[in-house]
Amino acid sequence: MSSKSVMTLVGSVALAFYSSMAFSSKYNFQEPQSVIAQDIYDQHIWALWICLAIFVGVFGVMFYSIVKHRKSVGYKAANFHHSTTVEVIWTTIPLLILVAMAYPATKTVIAMKDTSASDITIKATGYQWMWGYDYLQGEGEGISFYSKLSTPPAQVTNKEPKGENYLLEVDNNLVVPVGKKIRVITTANDVLHAWWVPAFGVKQDAIPGFIRDLWFTADKPGLYRGQCAELCGKDHGFMPIVVEVLEQEKYAQWVADKQKASAAVVTTAAVGN
Amino acid sequence: MTQSVTKTNTNVAMLKKLLVFTVVMFGFGYALVPMYERFCEVTGINNLLQPDVLDKNIKVDMTRMIAIELDANVRGMPWKFKPLQASVKIHPGESIEVMYEIRNDSDQEISGQAIPSYSPRLLEKYLKKFECFCFTKQVLKPGEVRQMPVKFVIDPQIPVDINTVTISYTFFALEPGM
Amino acid sequence: MAVVQDVHGHHDHHPSGIMRWVTTTNHKDIGTMYLWFSFAMFLTGGFLAMGIRAELFMPGIQILEPELFNSFTTLHGLIMVFGAIMPAFVGLANWQVPMMIGAPDMAFARMNNWSFWLLPVAGSLLISSFFVPGGAAAGGWTFYPPLSAQGGLGVDMMIFAIHILGASSIMGAINIITTILNMRAPGMTLMKMPMFVWTWLITAYLLVLVMPVLAGTVTMLLTDRHFGTSFFNAAGGGDPVLFQHVFWFFGHPEVYIMILPAFGIVSEIIPTFSRKPLFGYSSMVYATASIAILSCVVWAHHMFTVGMPAVGQLFFMYATMLIAVPTGVKVFNWTATMWRGSMTFETPMLFSIGFIFLFVIGGFSGVVCAIVPIDIQVQDTYYVIAHFHYVLVSGALFAIFAGVYYWLPKWCGRMYDEKLAKMHFWLSMIFFNVAFFVQHFLGLAGMPRRIPDYSLQFADFNMISSIGAFGFGLSQLLFLYIVIKCIRGGEKAADKPWDGGTTLEWTLPSPAPYHSFETPPVIK
Repeated sequence: MSSKSVMTLVGSVALAFYSSMAFSSKYNFQEPQSVIAQDIYDQHIWALWICLAIFVGVFGVMFYSIVKHRKSVGYKAANFHHSTTVEVIWTTIPLLILVAMAYPATKTVIAMKDTSASDITIKATGYQWMWGYDYLQGEGEGISFYSKLSTPPAQVTNKEPKGENYLLEVDNNLVVPVGKKIRVITTANDVLHAWWVPAFGVKQDAIPGFIRDLWFTADKPGLYRGQCAELCGKDHGFMPIVVEVLEQEKYAQWVADKQKASAAVVTTAAVGN
Repeated sequence: MTQSVTKTNTNVAMLKKLLVFTVVMFGFGYALVPMYERFCEVTGINNLLQPDVLDKNIKVDMTRMIAIELDANVRGMPWKFKPLQASVKIHPGESIEVMYEIRNDSDQEISGQAIPSYSPRLLEKYLKKFECFCFTKQVLKPGEVRQMPVKFVIDPQIPVDINTVTISYTFFALEPGM
Repeated sequence: MAVVQDVHGHHDHHPSGIMRWVTTTNHKDIGTMYLWFSFAMFLTGGFLAMGIRAELFMPGIQILEPELFNSFTTLHGLIMVFGAIMPAFVGLANWQVPMMIGAPDMAFARMNNWSFWLLPVAGSLLISSFFVPGGAAAGGWTFYPPLSAQGGLGVDMMIFAIHILGASSIMGAINIITTILNMRAPGMTLMKMPMFVWTWLITAYLLVLVMPVLAGTVTMLLTDRHFGTSFFNAAGGGDPVLFQHVFWFFGHPEVYIMILPAFGIVSEIIPTFSRKPLFGYSSMVYATASIAILSCVVWAHHMFTVGMPAVGQLFFMYATMLIAVPTGVKVFNWTATMWRGSMTFETPMLFSIGFIFLFVIGGFSGVVCAIVPIDIQVQDTYYVIAHFHYVLVSGALFAIFAGVYYWLPKWCGRMYDEKLAKMHFWLSMIFFNVAFFVQHFLGLAGMPRRIPDYSLQFADFNMISSIGAFGFGLSQLLFLYIVIKCIRGGEKAADKPWDGGTTLEWTLPSPAPYHSFETPPVIK
């Protein structure tokens, strides 16, 4: 087989491999569920293609050289050791490629920071080891609850078979309406945590004493799972985030139920006094 | 022999220079603290404890409205802390007073101090506070409830794309004697 | 390597047995001790890695409780970075820098001895912290507060160990700078120095630039923990994010401290085995210097998720991406050096080619991580773990292996077993990729780092990764065997065992005499 056809073969295998990555979330980002997540997804694929092209180029040359320019096939060494033209070229071209990668990224960074004009603001507070949610503004204002891992400890210690959503399930989901701009304010009670939902392309550290924010707009109803992404101690691996995206009417219903329930709690408390 | 002596001397001279450099860099680590604070001030990230002076010439920008969300947190102390209104809307340049309430739920006298935080962080640069409970320490008797105002104005220079902001306070317990 | 002395250490008297090693001021002895120490630490850190991978072999908690798991990951990181990789490079510098510039020894021979003997103290502090109440530090090797403020005695021991390691590194760096600048043989101008010496000169400057900052950082952490300061404590007016800025101001140059000498080693080996001079020597020097300078202004790319203003994110993104340019220049220069050479593929060359191949993959994932929106997805996931193991294991570590095989004949006067060494290369190469390539997928699909247990969708790749890691770990025992075998016996090495070698150490006899270049050679 000539080295050319070897290269073609290697190239197409690599291409097939990378294209397969584009369709299977096991090898790639989770299926994007927001505009930002889609941007990130596309930029990542774009970056992979560029890297692959450079990879094939550089190592094509290098392996050609390894095969042909070896002592065992009697190749005599040349003695050149610099060429300003070549060096200028291979400094400039990477610069241009980087600009091509940085341009779309810049636009996304600016879009990610635009937390203005949100429909609902929710505060996510990281605790060792669970999340607290307070609906600060918008439909559902005043709702407040904690969200803890609901996987039974027996599954973790292998005494029971593990369920489908092992370690990615909580007692109280964070509920939001579909298509609305949700602004999440993060802070923490004790140490650093990070609020991360891959499907929405959002990750933000939660810092005790300070607030930070992020935003997302969910495209489709469904359950989206994420995890704490900043080491926060012993149970860092056991404080997942589950966002339940509902149709607008169902969300309104959920808000009504929640508010009724909390009113009931207040009344009982008052009676109890 | 003389040659090796001069060599030793130049070596020692270089050693001294590099040691001085090391000490300077150690100091630089510490210098990063005020530099960071200064940087945050300039970019308006964490200017914590000084009340701002009201600029009399400030013009109210009637063409814009900014929604201000108020948030409150307590860390490691048995206090209840909340804003009396979840959000307000004002024009840039218009001054406003909002109220916060703290309540000591324990049976002991406790002192605490609040630190502010803003989102987006750029807000710090445009938020002028002339009165805030965060400038001083608060001491609450058991069961005591206190309402505290925050008076501020938002500089009309604030970029036009900012129309929703959050002002957040977090109370931390102060050790007795602090 | 002790045999070196037996054969050639006759012309001045010094203590024998253990006292020889305790009191030695000879750069070759100290280099040897550095290398053995780093190998011991490499096995210790490797043991911790095996524990981590064993726990992650299957979902569920089997071997390590979560807190102990966190201690394992923390100490694995610290020991590998400060105990294995850095001392190994210092060891190589000790052996090679004086021989490559025609100097009789290091500039400050006694300080050299101190800077080595601090290391075992720090190493034992780190290891023994596992056995104190509260256990070893468990806040990650980056020990971010407030979490690191929570730990017990183990954290203080870690802080103390870092102080000692820092002092040792600074002394080592000062020694290397002075040696290189003041002790070169007549005629060896800066631009005639071998690349390994050049990269170490720049690395040593980076070390004195940033190690003191790390010392400052851990001191602030210590006073926050025990003396009531609040540099990083929001309650007292501090800011936990400040720690990350100061830490990474050290931490990012640190990454280049661990890779620049690797570039130097590879830049020695590739020309030797291509029988052709290094392509673009001066652009290599400039590229190394620009990488070092750029490395000081990119630190916040480790912190894209702390909530920096957009301007900050963009600045650090552009600066980080810019590093790809000089790094690319290096890779292209190596390729051009190989081009139309007359190559042979002994083990040092294999490890060097393996280095370039895998380091480039690590470089690509680095560029991907530099892009802020993508980094926000992959930060603190297994993607990042894969990325930095590609640059630190198949980067720094492979280059160290390459260097050891390359210079072992000079150190011991005997050839290593080429067949076994090639096997070591191929086993390392294959198992490394089995262990770490799949971690890219884990990270993309959403597995956070530093977790002892994971959801079921990650199970297959974790199992593959663990198998690869076990294989990689075991393969390193083969390396130990090869080195010991080479010290004990084997074919005599020629003074210049590699016919393409051009640097000064190959003009010395093999094994290198205990005292070399007492009369400096003259370089034309």
